[in-house]
Amino acid sequence: MARPYIPSLDLIDPASKGETWAIARLISRAEAGVPEVREAIGQIYKRVGRAHVVGITGVPGSGKSTMVNRLVRRLLDDGLRVAVVAIDPSSPYSGGSILGDRIRMSDLVMHPNVFIRSMATRGAVGGMAHAALDVVDILDLAGFDKIIIETVGVGQDEVEIAKASHTTVVVSAPGLGDEIQAIKAGILEIADIHVVSKCDRSDANRTLTDIKMMLRDGVGGALTRGWAPPVIGTSSLDNEGFEELVAAFEQHLAKLDGAPGIERREQISIFRLRKAAEALMLEKLRTESDFETYGQRVAARQTDPYSAASAIVKHFSTET
Amino acid sequence: MSTQIRVLLAKVGLDGHDRGVKVVARTLRDAGMDVVYSGLHRTPEEVVTAAVQEDVDILGVSLLSGVQMTVFPKIFALLRQHKVEDMIVVAGGVMPDEDVEELKRMGVAEVLLQDTPPQYIIETLTALVAARGPR
Repeated sequence: MARPYIPSLDLIDPASKGETWAIARLISRAEAGVPEVREAIGQIYKRVGRAHVVGITGVPGSGKSTMVNRLVRRLLDDGLRVAVVAIDPSSPYSGGSILGDRIRMSDLVMHPNVFIRSMATRGAVGGMAHAALDVVDILDLAGFDKIIIETVGVGQDEVEIAKASHTTVVVSAPGLGDEIQAIKAGILEIADIHVVSKCDRSDANRTLTDIKMMLRDGVGGALTRGWAPPVIGTSSLDNEGFEELVAAFEQHLAKLDGAPGIERREQISIFRLRKAAEALMLEKLRTESDFETYGQRVAARQTDPYSAASAIVKHFSTET
Repeated sequence: MSTQIRVLLAKVGLDGHDRGVKVVARTLRDAGMDVVYSGLHRTPEEVVTAAVQEDVDILGVSLLSGVQMTVFPKIFALLRQHKVEDMIVVAGGVMPDEDVEELKRMGVAEVLLQDTPPQYIIETLTALVAARGPR
């Protein structure tokens, strides 16, 4: 039951009409980094830019997936089409992964206005997968109004999501840290919106207060000028706080489209360009360089890491 | 360019036994595959919708409840409806020999019964994807 390879350019039309198989196939090719898909991504890029991209990040176990499930339900009530890109870690040893975020969103699967895609980080650091931005464009082409990127559970400084999304939500859960955690640099600084999840728990007020104090002390909120990040308590258990969260999305989006917001959109494009250039260089590094040969010479101390790296880089920069 | 194999492992219907499928999930992960796990008690519609959105190379359905002859015809009908006839479908679990032959006639690429060694599962799936070619 094999069928002939469908060129990526021929998938653009069915994908733009919302045909799931075509959207999904384009995403797979972007994820695999098939060179053939790049021309299609290029054409798609010129047609899109309409969707609102929301990044959701937070430490492992902070309740991101369960919260996304509630959030998507709320957005669907407004008649919106919603896509979720759920990122889970790849094994650093085998390169494989178990993608389990879908399980927490299983009651959304059959809704006609929802598309959920799981991605593995495949060695990318920063909480995102390399191809996540290509995937966003494909989903935008397919007519999704809101595209939610849920990062892997992150530590304290995986902040790439803020460079890739229009609105960044940082989810904190009660009981994970004190006010010193809240004034550290890193992930808490990138939030356009703070969410404290699991507010059905009695210690949630403490976390809400810590984050509000942090903001009062002037930490964070620098990414969108003229915007004071709100702190919103949600409970996925009791389905509370999502009205407020969706309202905050719209307020932030309005800010983004105002004069200071333009900068943010430019920043996203610069990040995008940098990622694309990195992808091309890494591909060349991987396919055309002999790390093993150089590695053996480095191990034998016949050469040093910098000289070997310099030889590898010289090799591929003269090639083009 | 990465040619990483994507697999959806699914449990369908009133079958609460997922120790086996979780072991398979880990085995495939350790072989370098991306494995999406559906969770328990899914309907054929949910499983196929997820498989199409995830664009997996292989849809693996684990059944220990004896409903294979009801579930697989539904799955193939849904795959046709979603225009993904090229998806490789593999069955796993406990089922009688006569059903295995019938399932293969239906289009199930491989039936991996209990006691299948993990390495054999990896090799079988890898060979199926290689035989299909790029897509």
